[in-house]
Amino acid sequence: MTTDTPTSTEVDSGNTTPGSPRRRRSGSVTGTGRLASALVSPTLLVLAVVVMYPIIAALYQSLFVSGQRLDAQGFVVEGRQFVGLGTYADILFGPAAERFWNAFWNTTFFTAVTVTLEAVLGMAMALVMHQAFRGRGLVRASVLVPWAIPTAVSALLWRWIFAPDGVANAILDQQVLWSSQAIASKIAVITAEVWKTAPFVGLLVLAGLQVISREVHEAATVDGAGAWRRFWHITLPLVKPALVVAVLFRMLDALRMFDLPFILIGQQKDSVETLSMLAFSEATNVHYGPAAAYATLLFAYVALIAFVFVKLLGADVIGEARSQVPKNRGARFRRGKGSAR
Amino acid sequence: MKSLRWRSISVMMVSAFVVAGCGGGGGDSSASSEISGRGPITFATGKDVTGAVTQAVETWNGSHPDQRVRLIELPADGDQQRQQMVQNAQTESGAFTVLDLDNVWNAEFAANRWVVELPKDEFDFSPFLKSAMKTARYRGRLFSVPAYSDGGLLYYRKDLLNKVDAQPPTTREEMREICAEVLELPAAEGMSCYAGQHAKYEGLTVNFAEAVHGAGGQIVNDQGQPTVDSPEALRGLETMVEGFRSGTIPRAAIAYKEQPNKRAFIGGELVFSRNWPFMWSQANADDGSSKVAGKFAVAPLPGITGKGVSSLGGHNLAISSFAENKATALDFIKFYTSKKQQRQRLVKGSLAPTRSALYDDPELQRKYPYLDTLKKSIKSAEPRPRVVNYGDVTLAIQDEVYAAISGDKKPDKALNALQRRLEKLIEQK
Repeated sequence: MTTDTPTSTEVDSGNTTPGSPRRRRSGSVTGTGRLASALVSPTLLVLAVVVMYPIIAALYQSLFVSGQRLDAQGFVVEGRQFVGLGTYADILFGPAAERFWNAFWNTTFFTAVTVTLEAVLGMAMALVMHQAFRGRGLVRASVLVPWAIPTAVSALLWRWIFAPDGVANAILDQQVLWSSQAIASKIAVITAEVWKTAPFVGLLVLAGLQVISREVHEAATVDGAGAWRRFWHITLPLVKPALVVAVLFRMLDALRMFDLPFILIGQQKDSVETLSMLAFSEATNVHYGPAAAYATLLFAYVALIAFVFVKLLGADVIGEARSQVPKNRGARFRRGKGSAR
Repeated sequence: MKSLRWRSISVMMVSAFVVAGCGGGGGDSSASSEISGRGPITFATGKDVTGAVTQAVETWNGSHPDQRVRLIELPADGDQQRQQMVQNAQTESGAFTVLDLDNVWNAEFAANRWVVELPKDEFDFSPFLKSAMKTARYRGRLFSVPAYSDGGLLYYRKDLLNKVDAQPPTTREEMREICAEVLELPAAEGMSCYAGQHAKYEGLTVNFAEAVHGAGGQIVNDQGQPTVDSPEALRGLETMVEGFRSGTIPRAAIAYKEQPNKRAFIGGELVFSRNWPFMWSQANADDGSSKVAGKFAVAPLPGITGKGVSSLGGHNLAISSFAENKATALDFIKFYTSKKQQRQRLVKGSLAPTRSALYDDPELQRKYPYLDTLKKSIKSAEPRPRVVNYGDVTLAIQDEVYAAISGDKKPDKALNALQRRLEKLIEQK
């Protein structure tokens, strides 16, 4: 029994000896944790004020309507009425559904078409800018000019181009009414949007191209791969992370499209009305409840698209996997080769 | 992921800003309907392009050093002016004291108590144009005072009409007959007959209202009920649609606002044009910018079955409920709408007055030969629907009328749909 006791104390002490520094360490971890949270709390506070509050306020606002009734003397009844999800029901299935779904499809259509065109053109621009030739600096700078012009200004420029007596009609030798014909106005918006933002994609892709090692290309050339094969099997898989990020950014931007159709074509045009324009139009007519509801729906839609996109394509937006870059690269490269075969 | 979240967050913030500042307009407010207090005030108005407004404010400030008026120039675009004024009212800000309201906003501002009721007996409205006074009241109570007026005019090519020995038309049918002859002339090669404002914006509501009134109909009757499903309204809309179909109105005119219409007329492309008085001096410019200087004249708008009726344009002054020094504001409104001030603004800025006598002033008539015609136009003009939710009503009108003139909907279908939408919009109230 006595021998057991020291053994047990020994065991005990053996347990506590490595245990106590662990406890100490965990104590210091909580200390650090507290310090850390104290240090980031101002940031969190700012985020709560500028991010969380508006989101919640908009959600809350969308549950009310105001200014819908008049009293006996003809004055608007003050205060607001709680309607719950009534506004959303009106928008999705009720009287406002036609306008909402039209704007929804317009937004989706513009996003799909412009981002596809921008990705293709941006890729082409990046490949050109990546080549070594005389005047490369000039080409790079001039490609960026459209991106540098504020959207509102470029929308005005394009409005003049697409005026009934404008340059576009003069070149085409047609009398197209760009601001009133449904398909023509869609084409006008897409043209202006692609013109403006393809350089952005080009720039991001160019950055991706520049990190591709020259040796990979040389090795492929030695193996007898042609230019097309090298592009398809080397450049594209290696530039994919940059391209995916560029496309994601463009998609999120395009889903919020507002100023370009607003200025280029005008308000309340069914053919180009987007979800942001709908929210704006309701807000200017003092229907804050529905405006908040449209904004919230757009937010949900953007969040959903971003989520699906990241899940499907694994966009590495801030390079959280940067430490595993070599491994990842290899994996992607192999996968690219494998699927190509 | 983090910056992705940022992205969505920034999206949300943009959306949130759209809906920011919506206190819901509820609860007790600092608003006071009592007109009292003297001291410095502000005057919120559209861009003062002619300098006539600034001149009036300076005159006032010269004689009222302790009750100075500060001029706040809002954007030139009417929608943006309204938006800023509404935002100001929503936040119950006292930044704007005297508001320069487009006369179609009177009902909305009055019903929301954004502007105060004005004491009727402190004004003598007998010299004012009766049509303009209609826009100052809401349910029989006075909320604003008309400061400017405006009416549509039919500009026509006098030189071409003389060649075919025609008088300016009084109906659209006559106009078409004259066009048929004029367009045969070699001098009129490549010209079109007529254009108004047909783009999808407020101007379309103005032109549609004129067509309906010109056919003897009404958009909203005196009891406040929508009546666009009447045969008269159909006749009005069919005339517009037929104009486009037959080519009387050129195809490009479906995108016309005031300025493109003006460019077409002074570029010699139109025989007839419906536009506001502002076009007169630009069309008469002899610096080579106008091809029609000295070759045109104006007439009252032609009707469709009866006589022509213009839509009434113009601006009224009102006092914000949330501002201080309302007694000074009332004095300023009296000063601003006085005969002397209106005359000065007409001389300096060619801004049409709301006092009838000024239209008969021989000296002014020499300066502005269109004045007599404009008076006829304004006297018989009809205001656009005076409803609280005018913004929604005009949008519904633009939607359906535009669908009809662009050929997407048959006129009777469009008007039936419009009737239902207006009933819903107006019944809500």
